[in-house]
Amino acid sequence: MSNALFTRDTQAIFWNNNKSAIQRMLDYDYVIKREKPSVAAIVAPTSSAKFEKFFFGTDEVMIPIYKSTAEAVKNHPNADVLLNFASFRTAYDVTNEALDMDQFRVIMITAEGIPERLARLMNKKARKKGVTIIGPATVGAITPGAFKVANIGGTIENIVKSKLHRPGSAGLVTRSGGLFNELSNIIALNADGIAEGVAIGGDRFVGSTFIDHMLRMEKNPQVKYMILLGEVGGREEYKVIEAIKEGKITKPVIGWCIGTIAKHFDSGVQFGHAGASANADEETAEAKNRAMKEAGIHVPDNFNDLPHVIRGVYEQLKGEGVIKDIEEPEVPPIPEDYSKALAAGKIRKPRNFVCTISDDRGEEAVYAGIPISAVATPDTGYSIGDVITLLWFKKRYPKWATDFIETVIKTVADHGPAVSGAHNAKVTARAGKSVVESLVTGLLTIGPRFGGAIDGAAKYFKYAYDKGMSPVEFVNYMKKQGIPIPGIGHRIKSVRNPDKRVEGLKKYAKEFFPATPLLDYALEVEKVTTSKKENLILNVDGTIGILMVDMWRVLGYTEKEINEFIESGALNAFFILGRSIGFIGHILDEKRLGMPMYRHPWDDILYQVEKAEEL
Amino acid sequence: MAQKPIREYDGKRLFAENWDNYFKGLKYPFESVLVRSGEELLKKAGEPGYEWLKQKPLVAKPDMLFGKRGKNNLVLFKINKPGDVTLEDAAKWIDEKRKNKVKVYSKFEGDKPVGEPKEDYLTYFIVEPFTPHSEDEEYYIAAASLDENYDVLYMSAHGGMEVEENWDKVTEVKIPIDASDEEIEKLIKENIPADIPEDKKDVYANFAINFYKFFRDLNFAYLEINPVVIKDDKVYLLDLVARLDDTAGFLMKEKWGDIEFPTPFGMPEKSKEEKAIAEADAKSGASLKLTVLNPKGRIWTLVAGGGASVVYADTIADLAGGVEDLANYGEYSGGPTTDETRFYTETVLDLMTREKDPQGRDKILIIGGAIANFTDVAKTFKGIIQAFEKYADRMKDVGVRIYVRRGGPNYEKGLKDIKEAAERLGLPIKVYGPETHITDIVRIALEDDKKGAK
Repeated sequence: MSNALFTRDTQAIFWNNNKSAIQRMLDYDYVIKREKPSVAAIVAPTSSAKFEKFFFGTDEVMIPIYKSTAEAVKNHPNADVLLNFASFRTAYDVTNEALDMDQFRVIMITAEGIPERLARLMNKKARKKGVTIIGPATVGAITPGAFKVANIGGTIENIVKSKLHRPGSAGLVTRSGGLFNELSNIIALNADGIAEGVAIGGDRFVGSTFIDHMLRMEKNPQVKYMILLGEVGGREEYKVIEAIKEGKITKPVIGWCIGTIAKHFDSGVQFGHAGASANADEETAEAKNRAMKEAGIHVPDNFNDLPHVIRGVYEQLKGEGVIKDIEEPEVPPIPEDYSKALAAGKIRKPRNFVCTISDDRGEEAVYAGIPISAVATPDTGYSIGDVITLLWFKKRYPKWATDFIETVIKTVADHGPAVSGAHNAKVTARAGKSVVESLVTGLLTIGPRFGGAIDGAAKYFKYAYDKGMSPVEFVNYMKKQGIPIPGIGHRIKSVRNPDKRVEGLKKYAKEFFPATPLLDYALEVEKVTTSKKENLILNVDGTIGILMVDMWRVLGYTEKEINEFIESGALNAFFILGRSIGFIGHILDEKRLGMPMYRHPWDDILYQVEKAEEL
Repeated sequence: MAQKPIREYDGKRLFAENWDNYFKGLKYPFESVLVRSGEELLKKAGEPGYEWLKQKPLVAKPDMLFGKRGKNNLVLFKINKPGDVTLEDAAKWIDEKRKNKVKVYSKFEGDKPVGEPKEDYLTYFIVEPFTPHSEDEEYYIAAASLDENYDVLYMSAHGGMEVEENWDKVTEVKIPIDASDEEIEKLIKENIPADIPEDKKDVYANFAINFYKFFRDLNFAYLEINPVVIKDDKVYLLDLVARLDDTAGFLMKEKWGDIEFPTPFGMPEKSKEEKAIAEADAKSGASLKLTVLNPKGRIWTLVAGGGASVVYADTIADLAGGVEDLANYGEYSGGPTTDETRFYTETVLDLMTREKDPQGRDKILIIGGAIANFTDVAKTFKGIIQAFEKYADRMKDVGVRIYVRRGGPNYEKGLKDIKEAAERLGLPIKVYGPETHITDIVRIALEDDKKGAK
C-alpha cells in the first residue's frame, strides 16, 4: 500500500448519505469493473433507514447505513478510507473521532470553512498517527482504474473522456477541485491521462500537501512524471523545490501557480481560495513560478500554454521509452438515469394510473384545472358544494344545484348515536382506537340497509318513470318482485306527522329547481302507498335520491350518464360524506368524555348454545 | 472566509468581556469608547458609566485597522504637555481630523515615511483615558497562528513605538497547537525575557500564559498589545491589533458578541452591487463573489469556480498585456440555483452596460468555467439566459461580444441553450466545450478584436 493511495480493493465508509456522490462512485466501480463496491457503508446519524439502494450498472446493490462511525467500523473492519462529508460545523468532530479508531488510513474532508485552529489540531493528530488527511475543502483524490473519491472527475461521461477510468502516466496534484477536473482533461487531451491525482484543498491549513503526495508518487512506478498546479499564497511549492534539490524527487515535474494576477492589485482583493493570499513576496505566484523554473521544473509562460508543456514532456518520455502505449480498456456503457433520459425525450413508458380530476405537478395544485387558492377562501365565491362538483363531476354546477348538494350534506350529517354506524364508531372509539379507525368502522355499516336507500330509490323510481309505468303499475311491479320500494316508508313518521327534513327538501326543490319531474312522479307513488298504510311515506333517502336525478336531468346529463352515476355509487357518496361529519362528532365526543371500554351486557343477549353434534 | 482584522475597540471589548475567565488576580480597567464624531463623543460623556470622559485626561486616535498611528501623527495625547487633553479638546480634534482625507504611511525609516501612502477619510475614533506611566512599565506581547504545528508567542520587556527597531529583544516561543496547559505554562515561564525585572517576572508570566490561552480559545489569528502597561495588579492595554479567524464565528457567538469586520482604511468601500452579491452569498449555500476592479474596463468575466476564476484573470492579464481592460473579478460555484445565477449575471451585465467603451471598442463578456464536478451547467446557464433576455438591448447598445467555455454535468444542453438564446436575441456569441482549453476563449476573444477591427 505504500506507493499508491488507493487500490482496486480499497473500500470507504461514507459519512453522510450523499446519494448522488455515492452513486457516482458506484458508477465508476461498474465502469472499471471492480468486484466490490468502493463504498462499504454509510454513516448517517439521523437516518432511520438501515440501508440505501444504489445502481450498480443495471442492477441495484444495498449499502448499509449506520448511525455512528464506530458501528460502521465494527462491521466493516477492512474499510480504511473515511469520506467525511459532514458540514463545517461537525467535520472536525467526525474526523477527530475517526482518528481515535485507528482503522482509517486516509480521511478525506470536503467541508469548507472549518475553524483554522480545529483544522490544525486535526491535521496534527493525523500526522502523529500516520493518517493521510486529504482536505479540508476538497473534492478528493483518484487512483484511476482503482478508486475514486465521491464527485472528483465529475460525471461518468466526463471521467471516460478525461481518461480517469484507467491508469495513465502522470501524477497530478492541485489545490483547486474545479481545476483538478480541468487538468485531467488537459492531460487526457495532450498526454495519456493520470496514474493518480489529489486535490489537496483550498483552505489555509490542509492535512496533506503537495510534497506528501509527490514523495509517494516518486516511489510509485506507475507515475512517470508529475504535474503540480499551485496557487498564490503559502509556501508548499518551496517544499517540492527543496525535495528536487535534495534529489528526493527525480521524476520530471511540470508546475504552475495560478494567481499571477494578484501582483496587479493591492492585497485587498482576495483571489480564489482562503489559502490564496500572499503574506510575503516569496508567496506570490510569480515568485513561486520563477523559483520552480530555476529548480528545473517545467514551467509554462502562462496558464494558456500549460497544455503544450505537458504534451512536450509526455512526448519526450514516450520517445525515451519511459512511457509505453496504453491499451484502452473496454468501457461498459452506463445505463442512463431514467429522469435524465425522460427529460431529454429519449424514453417513454405507459402509465399505470390515470387522473383526470386534479394535478399537483405545477406551481400550485389544481381542482379540475382551477388552482386551490382560487376556490379556497370565501372571497373566491366558491363554496364546498362547488369543490365537490369540481372533484366529483369535473364541472362547476349552478348555485341552485350546489346549494342543493350542501342542503343534502347538512341534512344527512347525523341522526343520533343509536343508528348502526354511529354506534359502531362509538364502540370503536371507546376501545381506544384512533379517529380514522373509529370512523371507518362506522362507515363500513353504510350499504344496502343503512343509507343505501338513496341509491335504490333513484334506481327504481327512475326505472319506472323511464318505462312509463303509472304509479299503481310501479307499486304492483315492486310487489311482484318481492322488494319493498326503496325510499318509501318510515319507522315513526306518517302522512299526518310528516318528516320535516323531507318537507324542507321538497320546498327547496319546488322553489329553486327548474323542474322536478321525478319528484312529482314519486309523490304520486306516495299517494298510492300511503293509501295502504299511513307510514309508507316518501322518506328522506328517497327524496334525496330522486331529487339528485332531477338535478342531473335539468343540468343536461344524458340518461346513460345518470345511470352511470347511480351505478358507481355517487349518490351513496353524498351520504358517506355527510354522515362522516356526524360520526367524527360522536368519536370526538367519546374521546372528550373519556368513556371506558364498552362491554355489552349479558342480559341483553339471548344465549342459546347447544352442544355441537359430532359428525 | 479567512483571517479578518477587527477594530482595536472590539479587541479590548473582547478582553473586558472575557477578562474574569482568563486573568484571575489581575484587573483590567476597561475604559474605552468608539465614536464617529466629536458630537457623538460629547453625547457619550453624558451617559452613565462614561463619567470618566469628563473627569480624566484623554487620548484619541483613529480606529481603522492601520498601525503606526503615532508616527503618522494621528494620536492626540497632549495639547501643551502629555496628559492635558480634555473632552472638548478630543471632540474638536476628531472633527478636524475627519474633515479631510488623510495620508497614512505604513513604513517608516526612523521618523521618515517610506513608500506610497494610503489616502482616505477617518471615520472611526477610539477615545480612552490617558495612562501616565514610565517607559520601563511598557511591555510588548503578541501571538500569531501562522504555522500548521505551532503558534508563536512574542514577548518583550521593551514595548512602545520602537518595538520593530528592537526586534532582537523580543523572545519568540513556539507553542505546539496541541500543548496541554502545563506544557504551555512551562514553555512560557522558561522563556520570559531575561530583561524583565525579577520582581515583575511572575506577574508578566502570569499575564502571558493567560494571554495565550485567551488568544487560543477565542480563535484569534493574530493578537498584539503594544504597549501593555502592568502596574501592580492592574493591566492597561494601550494599543491593540487583532485578527480573528472568522470561520470560527459559529463557535464564538457568545464569546465574540456582535463583532464587526470592517473594510480597512484606504480600501474603497464596497459598491452597492458588490454588497448585494455579498448579501446573496451569505444567504446561499452556493458561493457568489464579485469585486469590481475597474468599472470602465472592457473585459468582464462571469466565471464558475474559485480556481477557474483566477486562471481567467491571470490569462486576461497575460494576454491583454495588463489589467487595464479587466473590469471585474468574481466567481459563482457550489451549485447555485437558477435564480441566484440570474441575479449574479444581471448585476454584472448592469455594471457592464452602463457606458460605452470610450475608445469605441466592443466589450467582451467571458462566460468561463472548468469542467464542473457536480454543478448542473444547463441549470446555471438558464439563469444567465434569463439575464440576457432582460439586458439584450443594453448589451447591443454598448456592443458586447460573448465567449463561452464550460464543461460538466449537462453541459451539452447548457451550451446549446445559451447559443440559441444569444442568437435569438441578436447577441454575438461563440461557444466552446471541454475539448477547448479552459482559457483559450480569452485568446480567441482578443484575436477577434484584431480581426473585427473594433
